[in-house]
Amino acid sequence: MAVFKINNVEMVGISACVPKYQESNWDYELLSESEKKLLINTTGIENRRIAQNGVTTSDLCYTSALALLKKLKWNPNEIELIVFVSQSPDYYLPATSIIMQDRLGLPKTTMAFDINLGCSGYIYGLSVISSLISTTKIKKALLLAGDVSSFSINKKDKSTFPLFGDGATVTALGYSDNCAPMHFNLQSDGSGHQAIIIPDGGLRNPLNDGSFVEKQIEKGIVRSRRNLKLEGMDIFNFSLREVAPNINKLIEFANEDIDSYNYFVMHQANKIMNESIRKKLKIDKEKTPYSMRKYGNTSSASIPLTIVSELKNDVEHTRKKFILSGFGVGLSWASVLLTTNNLTCTEVLEYE
Amino acid sequence: MISLEEFVKNIELEIEDLEPGELTAEINYRDIETWSSMYALIIIAYVDSEFNVTLSGDDLRKCNTLKELYFLIKSKV
Repeated sequence: MAVFKINNVEMVGISACVPKYQESNWDYELLSESEKKLLINTTGIENRRIAQNGVTTSDLCYTSALALLKKLKWNPNEIELIVFVSQSPDYYLPATSIIMQDRLGLPKTTMAFDINLGCSGYIYGLSVISSLISTTKIKKALLLAGDVSSFSINKKDKSTFPLFGDGATVTALGYSDNCAPMHFNLQSDGSGHQAIIIPDGGLRNPLNDGSFVEKQIEKGIVRSRRNLKLEGMDIFNFSLREVAPNINKLIEFANEDIDSYNYFVMHQANKIMNESIRKKLKIDKEKTPYSMRKYGNTSSASIPLTIVSELKNDVEHTRKKFILSGFGVGLSWASVLLTTNNLTCTEVLEYE
Repeated sequence: MISLEEFVKNIELEIEDLEPGELTAEINYRDIETWSSMYALIIIAYVDSEFNVTLSGDDLRKCNTLKELYFLIKSKV
């Protein structure tokens, strides 16, 4: 069972960057006024940032990383490890993290690789980078996480278009002799891999002339096999079933009291689902921040983006205990318990 | 478990923008003019919190009326 503890790794800073261009679900022509109201009230998603003119996830990460390095006064020369978590890389190959090593001016002694995960990706990424830091005693490492999901979303698909926004984040971590341990619980269930999928473009279904043909699946849902498909009800069912037990197991493993945590930051999927999970765990509303109203579902960026956007002023000069949990595409889900001490946060940066 | 009548009433209350009486135990809920997948999410969330039963997408697709759904939930409680 992938429930484990990692010692001597401290999260020291987070930055986030979103495209400046904003779309509002109030302007979504496919829905009537009452449908818009129902959608916004139920999902909690009102506005989303959308990358323009071919801006990539790594472009957003680059802006985010520069700001964080500056704020932490970290010299790029001192970075020894960079990991990029995303499902919207620059190229099929090579890995985007390696391009970022050069672009950010990191030394050639830097270890760099990508992780291909979405909603659960931030927690998976944290677990991988933290295990490496713990065993290698690397002092300065960067975890890049985010997606430009809009590249694969069809505007004529009301089951996906109003939900997703673009965004990217950078988290700085390092070895420390004097910090609280992190506890992780990571899970997966590939039997649900069809629930969120871009069917064509990989080796299983190579791109072909039919990949771009748009088909009406049902009223208000038109997409091609190159577009993202989302079975909302199945994902909802999965999240209600799996997330709370995952966190309860983790709390039990760590021998902690759930009430001792200051914040419960979830992947920003949708309000009704996240609220159902929160109520199952009996965690106070005040401890559960949401940023989906402003940014929608930003994939692996959603947890760190929410911390930066909603908690910046509360976490910067104090010690805070967090429960973080991501769940979705894969199916994959993961949670972490961690403690921050004077966590540095930038503003949410805007990419023009 | 609550009665079928109460179940229908509660779901009508959860879906705020329905007229009273618009939803009955017998009608195909997909025939409601304003039916959308958002209603499905609201129903799944309500059933989960009220009965601790997690409905799947297939459960909702298989049922046509709230009566069918009610007895399905009853069999899972």
